Parts: sequence; structure tokens; C-alpha cells
Amino acid sequence: MRSIIKKIKGFIDNGVDPLGDEMLSDLEYTKVTENEVEIAPKLRREPERIKNRKLANALYTVSAIALCFAMIVILTWNVNGLPFFGGADTLVDSEVGRFYIENGLKDTGATNIITPIILSYRGFDTLGESHVLFIAMCAVLILLRSAPVNPENHLQAYDAAMESDEPWEDDILKAFGRVLMVLIFVFGLYIILNGNTSPGGGFSGGAVLGAGFILYLNVFGHSAAVKFLNFKTMQSVTAAALVSYSIFKGYHFITGFNEIESIFGNGTPGTIFSGGMMLYLNIFVGAVVSMTMYSLFVMFRKGDF
Amino acid sequence: MLWQNIPILLVLLPLGLSSLTAVLKPKASRALMLGVNTVCLCLSAIMLCEVIINGEAFTVKMGEVGAPFGNELFVSHTEAFVAVGFDLIMLLSLTASGRKVKQDVAPNRTSLFYTVCSLMLAALNAITLTNDIFSGYVFLEISTIAAAALIFVSNARGTLMASMRYMIMNLLGSGMFLFGLAILYSLTGELLFPSMKDKLALVEAEGKYSGALFMGLTLITVGLSMKSALFPFHTWLPNAYSLSTPASSSILSSLVSKAYIFLYIKIISKSVGLDVFMQSGTANVLLAYSALAIVIGSIDAIQQHNVRRMISYSSVAQIGYIFLAISFGTDRAMGAAIFQIFAHSAAKAMLFPAVDRLVEVSGGNENFRDLRGSGYRAPLAGIAFTVGAFSIVGIPLLGGFSAKVYIASAASGIRQYVALLALAVSTVLNVIYFMRTFVTIYRKSDRQSNELSFRFLPGFSVAITAFILLNLCLGLGAGRVMKVISDGISLW
Repeated sequence: MRSIIKKIKGFIDNGVDPLGDEMLSDLEYTKVTENEVEIAPKLRREPERIKNRKLANALYTVSAIALCFAMIVILTWNVNGLPFFGGADTLVDSEVGRFYIENGLKDTGATNIITPIILSYRGFDTLGESHVLFIAMCAVLILLRSAPVNPENHLQAYDAAMESDEPWEDDILKAFGRVLMVLIFVFGLYIILNGNTSPGGGFSGGAVLGAGFILYLNVFGHSAAVKFLNFKTMQSVTAAALVSYSIFKGYHFITGFNEIESIFGNGTPGTIFSGGMMLYLNIFVGAVVSMTMYSLFVMFRKGDF
Repeated sequence: MLWQNIPILLVLLPLGLSSLTAVLKPKASRALMLGVNTVCLCLSAIMLCEVIINGEAFTVKMGEVGAPFGNELFVSHTEAFVAVGFDLIMLLSLTASGRKVKQDVAPNRTSLFYTVCSLMLAALNAITLTNDIFSGYVFLEISTIAAAALIFVSNARGTLMASMRYMIMNLLGSGMFLFGLAILYSLTGELLFPSMKDKLALVEAEGKYSGALFMGLTLITVGLSMKSALFPFHTWLPNAYSLSTPASSSILSSLVSKAYIFLYIKIISKSVGLDVFMQSGTANVLLAYSALAIVIGSIDAIQQHNVRRMISYSSVAQIGYIFLAISFGTDRAMGAAIFQIFAHSAAKAMLFPAVDRLVEVSGGNENFRDLRGSGYRAPLAGIAFTVGAFSIVGIPLLGGFSAKVYIASAASGIRQYVALLALAVSTVLNVIYFMRTFVTIYRKSDRQSNELSFRFLPGFSVAITAFILLNLCLGLGAGRVMKVISDGISLW
């Protein structure tokens, strides 16, 4: 009894575990995986625990694989139980789809029905999706922009990386690059601007533009690319595009909800300036997508702009 | 009416201005974020008052064409209250730990930290207000990535590994949620909560696709419980909460996981229907796991030597309470679950900055033996810790007590004795680990001087005082709060 009281007292005093269980906490486990050198003395001291850990790891791997297979079987079996896609007896009523096809052109003036679905009918979701891209970019920037721990070393390492990463002075590459670049940029702009009249739009066109920027960087080198697209430009373009996108969408939501006539007319279907604000929205989405692609590439290439 | 435009602004303001915070200097970006947050808080408070005065819910169509062809937001008492709560706790968490953000976050990341917070605020408001399951998923994605960024934004070691784990578990959860959503959509062809509910009742009555319905419901349940750290999936939680900067810990523990749970409550009561939910048997599994979560989370918390890890593990138990209430499957229990969400949020969001301050005056060491007497060195933080701990344990006059009473009465209403037993056992366990800390921080230490520290930290003091008042309000005005919540639920 006395010893129990003593133990509880010690527990309150020092936070010592009364059960005396010395389980390796998650925190220590993290240290093992992060930095094995640090744990090394501990390894020598307790080989038995490591042995147990190995067994546990093996068991874990086997059971994880088994679980994955079980999930695959269950999900595949489940597909059997779903209603036949497009079948006549299914409960899925194509009311929504029919509405889009019948009224899409009349409501919005866009001949490509997908674009109004993305940008107008379900524009709220797409606004969210563009911000998913933006937050992915922010997360990568936070993660990879190395904290200036030791400015000198950091800069040296950065310069070294810059030099070794610059492409060779290759005339053939540059000559082809020049031709190809023009085609890619024109094609990207074409897809963005014709999003409301033909297949395409901000997401696909932005991806093409982003690929063009990445190609430019790889052909002409970082120093040339930074001249027209540095970190500041990239951030300002993204911010401007996203802010305008939100303002346009806000205008759209508020006029729509309050039944106010929008200043964006539907225009003549089939021309570039048709479909209300869709042209502008496509441009904003295109800017965001291309900047995100380019900045992700740059960040993974060097860790900084 | 003009105020009915507020829901649109609640999402669009933080979303639109988030990209501006990224290009501003750290100080300006912090000011902008806090400003937007304050505006959102005021707007949502106005919305709550108007909804209570008018006594009826309203929908906001996003664009000229309303649902089901376009997106839609839905506001009843409950949504308005949850929005006020989330905005308030976000603002207070950022104010309380703003000083710490400067220390923990590198200068070239600070603006981005506030960008992430702003996007998080937009996502929380959107998840709260949406009436469309797919919009819910889109903003859930934003909040998932934002939460991971909140973990690795600080320079502390171990945060990368913690956010890696967080990301793996949460992406798996998102994936499962998306699968479940796709199955429900292929059964009904609807994304809007009320229309989906009508169609699912038909599907359930027909009985032909009950297997698929069960699968969809299970995937959504497992996905969202992974994301909100219900017991078997809680392994990502302790490191994520205890290693990140206190502001992030507050936001993660009291807002992010709670928003997922609120979305789950909305899905099962507005889109699946409580009858279908109870018949599918998902509720029983949820009951078992949440009872286990309550007990095992508490036992884990007792075993910790590190105070922040202890608080993190106590979240596992508290999330267990919420899911326990959900598993009862009655409207009353849903109300109790939402009340518990806020009782816990108000206490947890206060505990992280308070403990951080206690640790700070104890030489930066988070182990219990170093915290002795810290309650004297940082009086306000000591009081805040006491209030938070008492609330979570369930001492009367505080939010946690009322939440436990509501859960217990919901449990006894449907004769759920297992749940009552789990509640009783865990209360005892809660007392053990919180009282031990309480005794530790108010125990005179011989090694360090016990002199009072009168260093005045304006942001911290104001926010912590507000948090203490919030906890008291939730406890003293529990009846009124509960009435607002249940009024809203009756309009769903």
C-alpha cells in the first residue's frame, strides 16, 4: 500500500509513469526515422527492442498489404452492386444534365456547354478548385523556400546549384526552342480565349502556357527566365488573377441571388466575346494554372526562385 | 433582403483576399488577415441575430440558376451559430499566439502563414454553409492542404514528419470520402443534400442497391473519421498537434477536425437521413470505436510526460465524445454533438496558447517536472489552463459540463448504457491527467524562483480573457445555446 502511495506521489511530482511502462513514444520514433545517427547509441544499448521493432514492422507490412487487397476486392465487388451506368431503370434522373444541354446555350451564350457548367452553374466549386491550386502553390513555397538559417552558406549552395543546373549552350536546342515556344504560347492563349466556343478553357490552356514557361526555363536557363518571370511577377500575377476572379464571381453570385441584371450580356454565341464573363474567368483561371505549374517546377528544381 | 447576402461574403472575402495576403509584407498581411477575420465574425454575428429574429432558414443560390443546377448555400440557426463559433475561435487563436508565430515561423514564410489561415477561414465557412456535398468536398481539400501547411510552417524539428503522416492519413480519408460521395451520386444523381435525402429514401425502400448504399455510407464515415482522428485513425494527431506552433495547434484541434465532423453531421442528417443511417448499422460501429476512443485516448493522455502531447491525446478522447453522440442517431444527440464541438473547441483552443506560455516561463521545457510553479510565474496562463482543464473534465458552470450532460441525457433517452459507462469511466480518467497537471503547475518548486511575472502581453491577455469568458458563457448560457442549435436542426 505504501509503495503504491509512493508511486502515485512520484507520478504527481515528476510525471513518472506509475505503470513503469517504457514504451517508445511516437516522438522518439519520429527521431529514428529522421536522423538515424542520433539514435545510434540507443540502438547499441537495446538490440532486443530493435529486434522486436523489426518483427513488428514486418507484420505491419504484411497486414497493410493484406488490408489493401481486401479493400480492392471489396470495392471491386461493390461496383457490381451499383446501378448500371446509363441504364433506363436506374434512379439517376438526368434532369440536371438535360437542363444543361437544353438551356446552357440560351442562358449563357456559350457554345461549349462544359465551360458554363464549370464557370457559371457550378462556378462556386471551380472558384474553390482554383484556390486548391493556389494553396498547393503556397504550401510548396512554405515547404521548399529554405529558411535563412545561415545566409552565407545558403547563398553559396544556391549559387552552386544555379551554375550546375543551367542548361548547356546548345544552339540547336535554342533554335528549335524559339520556334516551339511561339507555337506553344499561341496555342495556350488560343485554348484559353476560345474556352467558351470550343473545347478548352482556363485549366487546359493554363497547363499549356505553364508547360511553355517550363520549356523556356529549360532551354534558355534560369537567368534568362528570371528576367521576365521572377518571384515577384509570379506572385503578383497570381494574386491579381485570383482577386479579380473572386470579385467577378462575387458580382456574379450577388447579382444572380438578388435577381439583378448583370452587365455582362450573353453576346452572339460562337464569338470570342460571348458567354458573359466567361472569357475573363477563363483568362484568370489560365493565369493561375500556368503560374502554379511554373512555380511548382521552379521550386522543385532549385528550392527557390 | 440585404443581410441574406452575408453567406456569400463569408466565403468570398477570406478567399479573395487570401491571395493579397501572400504578396504583402508580414505585418500588413497579418493585419489584413485579422481584419478580414473580424469582418467575417461581425457579419456572421449579424446573420445569426437575423436568423434567430426571423426564426426561419434561408438558402442562397450561387448565380442566376438555383439548385439543383447550380450551387447553393443553406443557413439555419445551427449553421449561423457554427460560423460565428469558427470565426470567433479562429480570431482568438491567432491573437493569442500571434507573438509566438513571429518566433516559430521564418520571416519569409510569415505572409504565407496568414494566407494559409485566410484560406482556412474561407474553407471552414464554406464547409459550414454549403448545401451541396461536392462543394463540401472541394473546400475540404483546401482545408486539408492548409492544415498540412499549418503544421510544417514552423521551424521546429519533427514537424515535417508530422505533416507527412497527417497528409498520408488525410489524403486517404479524402479519397474514401470522394469514393463514398461518388457511390451516393451514382445511386441518386443528386449532389444537393435535401434532394439526395429524398432519393436515398427511395433507394432504401426499394432495397435493390442497399449494398452500395451501405458501402457509400461506410466510405464517407471512415473517410471523415480518419480526417477528424477518431480512435483507430488517430495516430497522426499527437505529433501534428504537439509539434506545430501554438496557433496552428489551436486551429487544427479546434477548427479543422471539428469542421469535418460538422460536415459529417450535416451529411448524415440532411443528406443520408438519420433513419437510413441507423438502419445501415454504421451507427453501431461508430459507437464501439468512439467508446474505445474515449477510454484509450484518456489512458494515452495519462501516460504522457510532455504536457502538450497530453493535451493532444485528450483531443482523441474528446473527439470520441462527439462521435459517440453522433452514433445515437437522434436529432437531440446531433445537437449535443454540436454543443460538444464548441465546448471542446473553446477549451482546447485556449489550452494550447496557455500551456505554451506556461512552458515559456519554465525555461522552454515541456516536461511535467519543469512546469512546477509555472502557474505562479504566468498567472493568466495558469487560470486559463485551470478553466480549460476544468471544462474538459466537466466541472459545472463550464461548457464541457453542459456538453457531457447533453450527451448523457441523449444517451439515457435511447437507453445507451455502454455510452453512459464510457462517459463515466473517461470522466475519472480525465480527472487523473488534468488534476495531475493542475497540481504540478500550482506546486511551489524549490529549484526555481516563484516570483510573479508581470510581463504584459496585450494580444495574449485579451484573447485568453475572451476565451475564459467564452467557456463561462457556454457553461452558463448552455440552455440558450442549445435552443439555438436545436431550432436550427429542426429546420434541416
